Amino acid sequence: MTAPILSVADLRVWFGHPPDRVDAVRGVDLGVSRGESFGLVGESGSGKSTVLRAIAGLSPDWSGRIEVAGESLSGARRSAAFHRRVQMVFQDPYASLHPRHTVDRVLAETLTLQGMDDIDRRIVRLLDDVGLGRGFRFRYPHQLSGGQRQRVAIARALAGEPELLLLDEPTSALDVSVQAEILNLLTDLRADRGLTYLMVSHDLAVIGHLCQRLAVMQAGGIVDRLDVADLRAGRSGSDYTRHLIAASQYQRA
Amino acid sequence: MSALLSVRDLRVSFPSRQGMFEAVRGVSFDLGRERLGVVGESGSGKSMTGRAILGLVRPPGQVAAQALTLGGQDILNLPERERRRIRGRRIAMVMQDPKFSLNPVMRVGDQIVEAYRLHSGAGRAAARLKALEMLEAVRIRDPERVFQSYPHEVSGGMGQRIMIAMMLAAGPEILIADEPTSALDVSVRAEVLRIMDDLVRDRGMGLIFISHDLNLVAQFCDRVLIMYAGRIVETLAARDLHSARHPYTQGLLNSLPRLDAPVDRLPVLERAEAWRDGPLVDASMTEALPGGLR
Repeated sequence: MTAPILSVADLRVWFGHPPDRVDAVRGVDLGVSRGESFGLVGESGSGKSTVLRAIAGLSPDWSGRIEVAGESLSGARRSAAFHRRVQMVFQDPYASLHPRHTVDRVLAETLTLQGMDDIDRRIVRLLDDVGLGRGFRFRYPHQLSGGQRQRVAIARALAGEPELLLLDEPTSALDVSVQAEILNLLTDLRADRGLTYLMVSHDLAVIGHLCQRLAVMQAGGIVDRLDVADLRAGRSGSDYTRHLIAASQYQRA
Repeated sequence: MSALLSVRDLRVSFPSRQGMFEAVRGVSFDLGRERLGVVGESGSGKSMTGRAILGLVRPPGQVAAQALTLGGQDILNLPERERRRIRGRRIAMVMQDPKFSLNPVMRVGDQIVEAYRLHSGAGRAAARLKALEMLEAVRIRDPERVFQSYPHEVSGGMGQRIMIAMMLAAGPEILIADEPTSALDVSVRAEVLRIMDDLVRDRGMGLIFISHDLNLVAQFCDRVLIMYAGRIVETLAARDLHSARHPYTQGLLNSLPRLDAPVDRLPVLERAEAWRDGPLVDASMTEALPGGLR
């Protein structure tokens, strides 16, 4: 095990003010090693996505400690170094791309913001890397399928050559055959670039496929931690995890 | 036993710049008192099939069929007025996301009451009792409270139960459920399915369950139709799904990650052009009805 690229201690995230304050995350501790793929599982409302959003600076109200590659974070502001190191891919590729920007513009803008040079060549390479090819460069999002859009979103995340990707249900809006393609792409990219993943999903089989370790969240806290061998064998000390495994097997004949 | 619903050579087409685009290209099947799964990916025409049966394809879309009969009566060429009398009363539909199916500015209970009165002509008080009874039937613990609530105040799983309650209040013969659990959490999903299953079974209804999730359908339905590019490429008893013969069905099954069978890379579905118009695995798609509900 190498040093953790991400460590989270006693993370609490809330929305609103008393008396309407909602505590979405109630004291979460996490450590993700460099090169690892770590999964967060739970139902909607369990706080799993909120953990990612707090790390990315999208949830301003939080307390606790978040460290990324030794850099301690605070509030919602993130340094340029952070944005280069950490990128996020969202669930809905229909909502996460600007409808009136071409793929070229989306990537060029990101590359410029990341302070990259040689933008033209990099766009071509990014498209190749995510398996899209040059023909897609000047298309608008509505001319792309869901899987192609998610590839663009992944290309955008890769633009700054990050070390850590925060993946928020990256395949749950896609058909199963397209999900397989995107999961394979994520597997290849991690192998080629030595990326670290922190992935959120409600689908245990997807987490089991892509991750080595996982944590199960419920009502804002982590109720269980296990590695993928335990998951596959259904070995868990927590009733809730066993319930989730059983529920996901209900889908499988 | 005769078919509740009989569909022959159903076609749905839309004009496009490249000429007519056929979203559904000759679908035939019979529905008995059974749970029939319709599986396919986005764009396979599965939802359009459901909408065409209900008469919900809007112009310029066109629906054609050799036959579309409900209990032996032709429903394809009915005037819109007559069609409306069938929709909701004899064939009901539950859609994917309750957030978009419920009126956001009307109390949940009032919506059920309105739908029920429209179909049954019942009085206000009777409709209210019926609504509460239906909310209880979908295992909502505190029906009075939910009756008074607005859609944004209920969870997704609760919203879908409310939709099922509303749809089943009029006592339809057929329920078309279009991805009814895709917007729900895994744990809530099982509960909603169980409720739907019980209701369909108790009332002897026919259920058309449209979904992209093969395994869910295999678990839940009696019989499965696999759609690809607007056609039914294969029909199977649900328990035989894993011995599917069509390469498309096999490809879909293989592309799912499985906890019990880890692989480094998932097999990717290679689509063959021949599937669009090639021979169908089961030519006798419309043969005798299966024995109804188990």
